[in-house]
Amino acid sequence: MNEVVVEARDVNKHYGPLHVLKGIDLTIHRGEVTCIIGPSGSGKSTFLRCINQLETLDGGYIIVNGSPVGVKIKNGRVHAQTHNEVARSREQVGMVFQGFNLFPHMTVLQNICEAPVRVKKEDRRVVRERALKLLDRVGLAAKAGAYPSALSGGQQQRVAIARALAMEPRLMLFDEPTSALDPELVGEVLDVMRDLAGAGMTMVVVTHEIGFAREVGDHLIFMDDGHVVEHGKPRAVLESPQHERTKQFLAKVL
Amino acid sequence: MGTTRGPRPEAIVADGIDRSLLGQQPHRRHGLQWFSAAVVLFLVFLVAYSLATNPRYEWGVVFGWFTSERLFTGLLRTLQLTVIAMAVGIVVGVILALARLSHNIVVAAVAAFFVWIFRGVPVFVQLLFWGFIAAIYPRITMGVPFGPEFFSVSANDLITPFAAAILGLGLNEGAYMSEIVRAGLLSVNRGQTEAANALGMRRFTVLWRIVLPQAMKIIIPPTGNQTINMLKTTSLVSVLAFPELLYSAQLVYSANFKTIPLLIAASLWYLLVTSVLSTGQYFIERHYNRGSVKIVRAGPIVGLVKMIRTRRAAQEVQR
Repeated sequence: MNEVVVEARDVNKHYGPLHVLKGIDLTIHRGEVTCIIGPSGSGKSTFLRCINQLETLDGGYIIVNGSPVGVKIKNGRVHAQTHNEVARSREQVGMVFQGFNLFPHMTVLQNICEAPVRVKKEDRRVVRERALKLLDRVGLAAKAGAYPSALSGGQQQRVAIARALAMEPRLMLFDEPTSALDPELVGEVLDVMRDLAGAGMTMVVVTHEIGFAREVGDHLIFMDDGHVVEHGKPRAVLESPQHERTKQFLAKVL
Repeated sequence: MGTTRGPRPEAIVADGIDRSLLGQQPHRRHGLQWFSAAVVLFLVFLVAYSLATNPRYEWGVVFGWFTSERLFTGLLRTLQLTVIAMAVGIVVGVILALARLSHNIVVAAVAAFFVWIFRGVPVFVQLLFWGFIAAIYPRITMGVPFGPEFFSVSANDLITPFAAAILGLGLNEGAYMSEIVRAGLLSVNRGQTEAANALGMRRFTVLWRIVLPQAMKIIIPPTGNQTINMLKTTSLVSVLAFPELLYSAQLVYSANFKTIPLLIAASLWYLLVTSVLSTGQYFIERHYNRGSVKIVRAGPIVGLVKMIRTRRAAQEVQR
């Protein structure tokens, strides 16, 4: 079995009185693609955001790339990480958002180069070289000098993927990467993600694209009301769901 | 335009609407416009006539002093005050804005309290306080609180009228700027911070490289207005006997009693500089709005130039 990249145990999260994550357990190994589906409000995005600490958990733990998320253990006591330590742990985890979140005041190339140059202090020319290769890989070599406002949603999302990859992460998180796209633009983004999975990237994908989950996913997780309801091979979950909630959900989306 | 086309055979259809006429410029009645323009022009004429014929304006004296070295020196001090007080205001404003957005409630509350005081008390009163600071703190001392002193100076030596002016204007401006900067920072989409955080950027990098540049679009226009206001507000400093533009004029007319001509000469300088600043602001705003569709309001000078240009272009099209 491959090395474990994400180990989540009994993860709990509250927003005030709202209990959004009720004990999530999940293990993700290197090179696996894990897709998370479920109705909105089921906690799937929140869980994803806990993995790189855009949300803090208030119960249980997550270990990513061998380090506990948000805390450090010193002399037998648990301490909260400082802002810089949190930032450092995020360097190895790429994230792609539903709303792309490209930096609108920077060109495509600047968007991609900013973090490697500023955060990892890499040589500008080396980063630029890598950025151009990544742009070529996502099919946007011609758009290096364009501003995000001049790109379609699908193009922006592909740049966002290239931007995350430029940090050479060991894990990629996708938070509904195609939900904000016009239907005819979904395919180009999924193609890039499929390539990435084929190249062996470890990926966690929150998605509504059942087809993508079936075809590319190694694991499929169905979440509802803060619980992992069903977890298995995509084909098994989709074709013979064991739980009533899963059946109801799939009946609506398939 | 559009009149050269002759009526085509299909122009008049059964409904009786002559379609060949529809492409033409419709006629408009301008009677009321002519009338109101005439009334306004007459009023303008009355004002101009009075300005030209009332001997008490003493235009010769006005222009004599307008170009005098004393007013010019005062103007330079006014500009100096404006620049330094605005710089202090912007720095204080950014610090206060960040403090008010801090997660530390003590820091946020103290910043809010500072803004409350410095925005709530008239700047004129604040200037007087700074001018009389020696009445509260006769000596200003550096040292360990309740411990040894390193050095100590008389407040009257340290807080000169110029220093009092900068403190009064700058801190007051800082309170206003903090609101402007805060609005700018809050205008940046949360997703921007999240994306930057997710890339591992440190907090300062997120602020300096991602959030502030985007906030500038919101921050710049009101800051331009504040600068123009500041230029005018510096005239209050005359109360501290600091010889900026207005006080320089006052010094002259207290000796030669040419009160109105000197006030006009000073006003002309204020008008000239505010016009130049408005024009500069137009170009700065245009720069920060690159790529977005927001319309930038033009000042009087740029507005006039634009009006003449569009008129000319329209005339050429008609020819």
